[in-house]
Parts: sequence; structure tokens; C-alpha cells
Amino acid sequence: MSNRYQTLFSQLKEKKQGAFVPFVTLGDPDLESSFNIVKALIDGGADALELGIPYSDPIADGPTIQKANIRALEAGVKPKHCFELLSKIRAYNSEIPIGLLLYSNLVFARGIDNFYKLCADIGVDSVLVADVPARESALFRQAAAAHQVDAIFIAPPNGTDASLKRVAEYGTGYTYLLSRAGVTGTETEAAMPVERIVAKLKEYNAPPTLLGFGISKPEHVKAAIQAGASGAISGSAVVKLIENNLADPTKAAQEIESFVKQMKAATQD
Amino acid sequence: MTKQLDAYFGEFGGMYVPELLVPALEQLEQEFIKSQEDPEFKKEFESLLKEYAGRPTPLTLTRNFSPNPKAKIYLKREDLLHGGAHKTNQVIGQALLTKRMGKKRVIAETGAGQHGVATALACALLGLECRIYMGAKDCERQQPNVFRMKLMGAEVIPVNAGSGTLKDAVNEALRDWSANYEESHYLLGTAAGPHPFPTLVREFQRMIGTEAREQILETEGRLPDYVLACVGGGSNAIGMFADFIDDDGVKLVGVEPGGHGLSTLKHGATLCKGTIGVLHGAITYIMQDEDGQIEESYSVSAGLDYPAVGPQHAHLHKTGRAQYVAATDEEALAAFQKLCRCEGIIPALESSHALAYATKLAENVTEETIIVVNLSGRGDKDLTHVHNVLEQGGHYE
Repeated sequence: MSNRYQTLFSQLKEKKQGAFVPFVTLGDPDLESSFNIVKALIDGGADALELGIPYSDPIADGPTIQKANIRALEAGVKPKHCFELLSKIRAYNSEIPIGLLLYSNLVFARGIDNFYKLCADIGVDSVLVADVPARESALFRQAAAAHQVDAIFIAPPNGTDASLKRVAEYGTGYTYLLSRAGVTGTETEAAMPVERIVAKLKEYNAPPTLLGFGISKPEHVKAAIQAGASGAISGSAVVKLIENNLADPTKAAQEIESFVKQMKAATQD
Repeated sequence: MTKQLDAYFGEFGGMYVPELLVPALEQLEQEFIKSQEDPEFKKEFESLLKEYAGRPTPLTLTRNFSPNPKAKIYLKREDLLHGGAHKTNQVIGQALLTKRMGKKRVIAETGAGQHGVATALACALLGLECRIYMGAKDCERQQPNVFRMKLMGAEVIPVNAGSGTLKDAVNEALRDWSANYEESHYLLGTAAGPHPFPTLVREFQRMIGTEAREQILETEGRLPDYVLACVGGGSNAIGMFADFIDDDGVKLVGVEPGGHGLSTLKHGATLCKGTIGVLHGAITYIMQDEDGQIEESYSVSAGLDYPAVGPQHAHLHKTGRAQYVAATDEEALAAFQKLCRCEGIIPALESSHALAYATKLAENVTEETIIVVNLSGRGDKDLTHVHNVLEQGGHYE
């Protein structure tokens, strides 16, 4: 496994901080602006990055991230461009953990093993395949392990003890904890009855938890950390700032940088 | 150890969905297993099929449709079923399961509106709340079906996302289900999608083939040489094939929508021309580009216009047990008109694809041959559409 997540979580622990991890779709709204947006995430103080590869049928995403996928696809962004962009991001910052969050058919199309090898070569630290649940994950985990890429799993709010145990056993890097049912988006706020799940995951020695879905305000980040999570992931709220500033990509990057600063500030007392 | 069903057909199938939906699918699987072992369920299902839907449906020997006296063409008359197509069978089965799970709300997707109408009627009958997702484009094209669904109390939600057709309606239904699985059942419309749907839908459509097999044995005293059905997602075909799979001498043929022709990009022949990938929860043949982005399918018949196919068909194709061919829009339209004129039966455009291939097959036989075609639905829903297409010289864009 890459050590970037481990290093990050132990540094944050020392500093008594949680992690703030923003998500954007690579190539949204176009490749050049996307690079500037990711730089703004890093410069704003993101602890790690969660990045999507545009896909035609993002079933786990709400309207905001669906539109981001469509914008990038319409701008002609293909997976190979995303990998080039990832190399540039890695060159810009060699320490920040980079996670990919994408759909299984993009992995299948390239060949599972090939895909993870490519991730490792570029310096991607983790992969979360949104439509591969733990029970279907064998081939993906094998490829991830072979190329020392972390395999991220989702702990759902309806998870039974058995399924949480499986997530704890299979996952490396971090655990993606869902704040609620449904799809991504700020339309429904994070619900946060996650203490039981966080405690169970700790009991099963799962990797550190990051809470996602409906995280759009500093108080959501605070609440996530109070509930025992190691940090929070915010996607649609960031993507919304891209959508609101399509005519002015510079302004989008500025607003995103200041949003990340505010959200990061909420991870420390 | 809890009993589980095999989620795979060879290398195809599986449960490729977000982790959130796994408990809902596993619950459905368990309820399905229990229902199959419960004589009360069987009794209720069969009595609704008989007294409400009108089963068994007849097997009709065509009098004038076959182009060759050596070829006898029989039609399995799912067009006579309440609701106008085979869809009603499995919808009743799933609606009963919904009640057994204590869920009060049903979500479904629909393309042309046939599955939506079937779902709406079953929900009206069994007192379930019903929400149908339908592509915005399809809502425009299929106004009468939207009205039918609403008359029976369903809420119809037009989907603008993506291409505004069936695939996007499925995406939206899955998103709804992710948020509401506690009280809602997703009543998927075909033998595709994540496990256990391909198995469950096949079992709730199996009676098509069971009846046809008994009926042909009774009339002809032997099994047919060919069994034909059209294939979009594949539910009528798998229901027709299931009981014949072990009959080695019976050739199974699935007919896919050839659209403007397989050499063009406008078709929906997933098995003939697609490649292996994942869509809507299963590994199967799909229409995709080299990066894995899903491509639009195309057919004159909305019910076959789907860029994936049920995983059991993928397996039957790969192992060679069934053969999959295509009929073009033009061939299907010709067969549609021919059945009207020769037999006084207006077939669904979907089923017309199977009829088109039956004609082709019949022309070339030299020995006495029995062909059974699943006439999966009636064509009333297609009248305006076919009228328009014929007025434009038989060409549909």
C-alpha cells in the first residue's frame, strides 16, 4: 500500500485535527479549468483528494455530480485525459493522498489489473468503485493489492454487523462512511446517526473513517468529527461552485479555494 | 447457513450496485426463495394469473402467415393477456413479493410505457403506491400510455437526465431506490439488472414456455424444431426458453432489434454486436465505446431499445445453446403488416422482430418444420407510431 493515507492520518492525529477531503469530477468543466480547480483544492488546504472520472451512467450520484459528468463528457474528456491530468496533479504535489471514485465499467473496459497498474504508476493512492459492493470485490481487491493501491469500501448506514466486519476486513487506506441513504448531493443533508457504525468499525479495526453524502457546511464537518469519524468528504457542494461559475473559471477556483479553507478550519478546534 | 441463489450465469450476472442497495437485493432474494417454497404464494399467484390476467394463453397455428407449406408457424398468444403483453405475468409476481416484504410503495422504470402500465395495473389491484420513471422523450412519444398509468393511479415522473430514454429511467429508479429501500420495492421490468432480478423475472415468466411446451406436445405430439422470441432486455424470451433449455433438439433463437442494419450504428443488437461490460448491475453484453462509456441503442420498437441484455441470454449466447440474430426495422414492419393481413392479429412491434425471422427461417426449410414464436404483445400501442412511420415511407429515424 502507499503510505500517504497512513502518514496523513497520523499527522492529523498529532495535530488533533480531522481530515477534510473534497471531491470533483476530473475534466469538469474542461481539462484546463479542472487542473486549476484541483490546484485550488490543494492550495485551500485539502488533506486528501477524491476525484471522479466522467461516466455516462453515474447511478450513485445526484443531479449536481451527474451534471458535472455530462459537462466533462461534452468537453470531450476521456479516461486517458484524466490519467494525464492525474500525473500533472501528482507532479504539483507529491504528498497529498489521491483517491479515485468511479464506476466499474470504466475499470472493466481497461482490464481490471491494467487499471490498477496504471493508478499505481501515476501515484494514485486509492480506488473506490461506486458500483462494486464488498460481495463482488474479489478481483478488484486482488488487483489493488498486487499494485499496492488502497481499496476503499463503503460502510452504509443500514450495514449489519456482518457487512461492517467485511468492509473492515476488505478495506485499506480509509473507510467511506455514508451519512445517510440515497445518492450524492446537498438536496438531503447528512443525517449523522453514525456513532454506532463508527464504534463497530473501530471494534473491527477498519481503516479510518471519512463521512460523506450531504456534507456542505462547516458544521457538518464538525458534527462528523464529533461523531467519531476521522474526517469528512464533500463533493456536490464543491461541484456546485463550478456549476455556478461556468463563465468565469478563475472565479470558480477562487471560490473553491476559500470554501476548502472554511471547511478545513472546521476540522480543528 | 441461509440459502442463496447463484448470482451468476457462467461469467455473466452478479450484483454490481452501490453497497447501499445490497441489503435490499438480498432481502428480495430471501423473500423470493421463501415464496417459491410457500404453497400459499403459488396459489395466489396462479389464481391471479388465471382469473385476473387470463392464463393460460392459447397456442395458435397460423393459417396463412407461413410462406412455406413445409413450415408450420405457431404463435404463443401473450398478446391476449390482460394488459396486452407478457409483462403482466411477472409484475403480479413482484407485486405479491412487495406485499410479503411489508413494503407499501413500488418504483419502476418504463421505456415505451408497457412495463409502466403493467406495474400500474398490478399496484391498483393490490393497493400499492406506484411511481413510474419514464424518459422525458418517451413521455412525449407515448402519451396514451402515460395517461393509462395515471388513470390507474400511478405517478409518472419524466426523466430529463442523460438521453431521456429507458436507460436514464432505470438510473433514476435506482437512485430513488437507494434513498427509499426501507419502504419501497424496485419492480424492475425485465430479466436483466442485478441479481436476483434475472432469476426472479425468469421464474415469473417461465409459464410461457411451460404452457407452450405442453400445448405443442398435445397438438403435434412432438417438440418444436425452433422456438423464437424477440430480445430487448430479454424477459419474454427467457420465459419462453426456460423450459426448452434441456430439450437438446429444440433450437432456441432470440431476435434482436437490427434497427437500420447491423453495419450501421443505429441498432440495439447487444448480443450480435455488443461487448462484455457492466450496466445496471450485471456483467453482460452491452453497447459501449472503447473507454466503457455506454452508447445509445436504437430501434423502431421502444420495447427493444436497450443497450444491455439479461445475463442468462449472454450465457446462452456464449455457450451456443441459443442463437441470437437480428431483424431490421424494415423487416419487423413488414412482418407486422403481414400478420395483420394474413391472420387478423395486430402484433406488437417488438414481437414483429421474431415474426420477421420466423418468415425468413420458414422460407428456407425443406423438411416439415415446426416453429413456435412468442407473440409477446399486441400492437394496439403501436398503431399511431406505425401509421406515422408508414406514411414516411417505412423509414424511422
